Amino acid sequence: MFNYFHKKNQTGVRKIKPSKPQDEKFSFPKTPTGVEGLDEITDGGFPKGRPTLICGGAGCGKTLLSMQFLIKGITDFSEHGVFMSFEEPSKDLSLNVKSLGFDLDKLKAEKKLVVDYVRVERSEIEETGEYDLEGLFIRLNHAIDSVNAKRVVLDTIESLFAGLDNQAILRAELRRLFHWLKEKGVTAIITGERGEATLTRQGLEEYVSDCVIILDHRVIEQVSTRRLRIIKYRGSTHGTNEYPFLIDEDGISVLPITSLKLNNEVSSELVSTGVPGLDTMFVGGGFYRGSNILISGTAGTAKTTIACYFANEQCKKHEKTVFFAFEESPQQLIRNMKSIGIDLEKHIDKGLLQIHASRPSLNGLELHLLTLRKLIKDFKPTTVILDPISNLITVGNENEVRSMLVRLIDMLKANNITALFTSLNKQNDNLRPDLAEESVSSLVDTWITVRDMEGIGERNRGIFIVKSRGMGHSNQVREFVIGSKGIELLDVEFGPEGILTGAARKSNQLQRTVKAMKLQSDLDRKDREIDRKRKVLEANIAALKNEFESVVEELGILKATEDLHSKIMIENTPKTKKK
Amino acid sequence: MIKQPAEWQLLLYIAGQTPKSIKALSNIKKYAEIHLEGKYSIEIIDLLESPQLAEGDQILAVPTLVRRFPEPIRKIIGDLSNEERVLVGLNIKPIK
Repeated sequence: MFNYFHKKNQTGVRKIKPSKPQDEKFSFPKTPTGVEGLDEITDGGFPKGRPTLICGGAGCGKTLLSMQFLIKGITDFSEHGVFMSFEEPSKDLSLNVKSLGFDLDKLKAEKKLVVDYVRVERSEIEETGEYDLEGLFIRLNHAIDSVNAKRVVLDTIESLFAGLDNQAILRAELRRLFHWLKEKGVTAIITGERGEATLTRQGLEEYVSDCVIILDHRVIEQVSTRRLRIIKYRGSTHGTNEYPFLIDEDGISVLPITSLKLNNEVSSELVSTGVPGLDTMFVGGGFYRGSNILISGTAGTAKTTIACYFANEQCKKHEKTVFFAFEESPQQLIRNMKSIGIDLEKHIDKGLLQIHASRPSLNGLELHLLTLRKLIKDFKPTTVILDPISNLITVGNENEVRSMLVRLIDMLKANNITALFTSLNKQNDNLRPDLAEESVSSLVDTWITVRDMEGIGERNRGIFIVKSRGMGHSNQVREFVIGSKGIELLDVEFGPEGILTGAARKSNQLQRTVKAMKLQSDLDRKDREIDRKRKVLEANIAALKNEFESVVEELGILKATEDLHSKIMIENTPKTKKK
Repeated sequence: MIKQPAEWQLLLYIAGQTPKSIKALSNIKKYAEIHLEGKYSIEIIDLLESPQLAEGDQILAVPTLVRRFPEPIRKIIGDLSNEERVLVGLNIKPIK
């Protein structure tokens, strides 16, 4: 069924595709940004041959974003670039971006990039009378022509306002500059500091109106997140949300909160849970490959153990697995698992398993997501385990965690990775899930709950399946025990009042054994009695037989006597009588 | 060193023969004749012909008058119509 629909969908997509070239005729010409994720949001990149304004406060990554735009343009799209800096000398700039792996000096030497530092020093300049900024135009023009640049960055042109007095001239000249850039046909980025009432301090948005992007750097509960939003984009559709973005050693990457479509490949292949007995609770005998599994439960209900079982099972099948531990260090995890007979170290040595242990508060949610993204790219795991996701809530609020998990799940699904999450929930009496679970429960495909079953002075663990999309599953709460050999799911024990666990199970079992023994002895006795009866019967039968035989014999004797008698009579009769 | 610099090296950056640049040139010539008679040289650089020179002296605006010598380098932008400011800017005349 699933396959059928899936195929149908695929052909549906293919049908649409041939019409795409037609669409492209009308589509807006764009320049790919080279920033991961940004092209997706802008639906292809910045407007080609037009200026784009990037504004934001201090330290939100304006310069970096524009630098990445230039460098990726050179390395990935072979479009040469000009960086006109009004703030940082070119030497500083080279040094700053070197840590991100961008080698400006090399690109400059190869004549692919020009970095021009425009220094505007108020103390050196005296203004008298009329002037224009033709000098700047000439410099820019010269720089563009010298490397045949297609991409230009003016980083932060507003510095001019600090250096020059005559605002009227400046404004007129800036307007002319942007026009000139358009005519020149270069795709330009202009950066601007964020103003108080306006987007930029000097209201540059008045001049650059084709595409405006705002960057923002916010700290919420001591965790900072950078965000990007497209305010306007003439002639094109674009994502309107605020998208978190990250700056790391590879530059900027933007993470769209939700992927727009839910059209990932689905697999009908099954993977074993690794827990003996748990597989049989699923009709199919395990999880679907590429599905998401949530294991929720209160503290000490062996969530991590089950997760490790799964990891172990996957590794045994030579599936690459990544285990994110937010609570335990790898060493601790290995030691603990050894106590129940699971050797994770062996898998690590083979390179099949990676354990990433970090406190959730080490970095923001986005960085966690990015780490995962990187790992998926580099390590290419088929299984990912997060233990536990509920700890992430300490980093962000409910919505953020949820949105992060949505993105995470989207990402995992897109890569057809089987993912297992554990979630610690608060002890509560009813079966209602608490917030941590609730936030993800609708996102996951399979939800297994492990819970404490308390009663008569003991605590037992029970496991049951809350849901399993696309697969029938058992409705039973199965008790399980963890011994030195690991997890063991016990058979269901029915008592008069339902399923029994722990000591009740034991006493019930004992009672059953006693009963069985009694029954057996009863049976044995009955058997013996029957035996005896049979023997009596048989004896009776033998006696009757004997009696019968003697009667028969007597009858035989009588008959013989009679015959003899009649014979003698015939012989003694006189023959003359006949004559 | 000589107490009074023997020569004033002035550079005027222009971009083509625009009214502004012509005006600036005539202005500076006038002031120099009056205040720096015989001690100055004016070099005119047309950026349209040699755009690569703009970067060296950090030229943005045209016309720009640069005092190369004596140090420090001073820049005056505009058509130099305000004599007072030009002379102050070039440090020929102390600020009153």
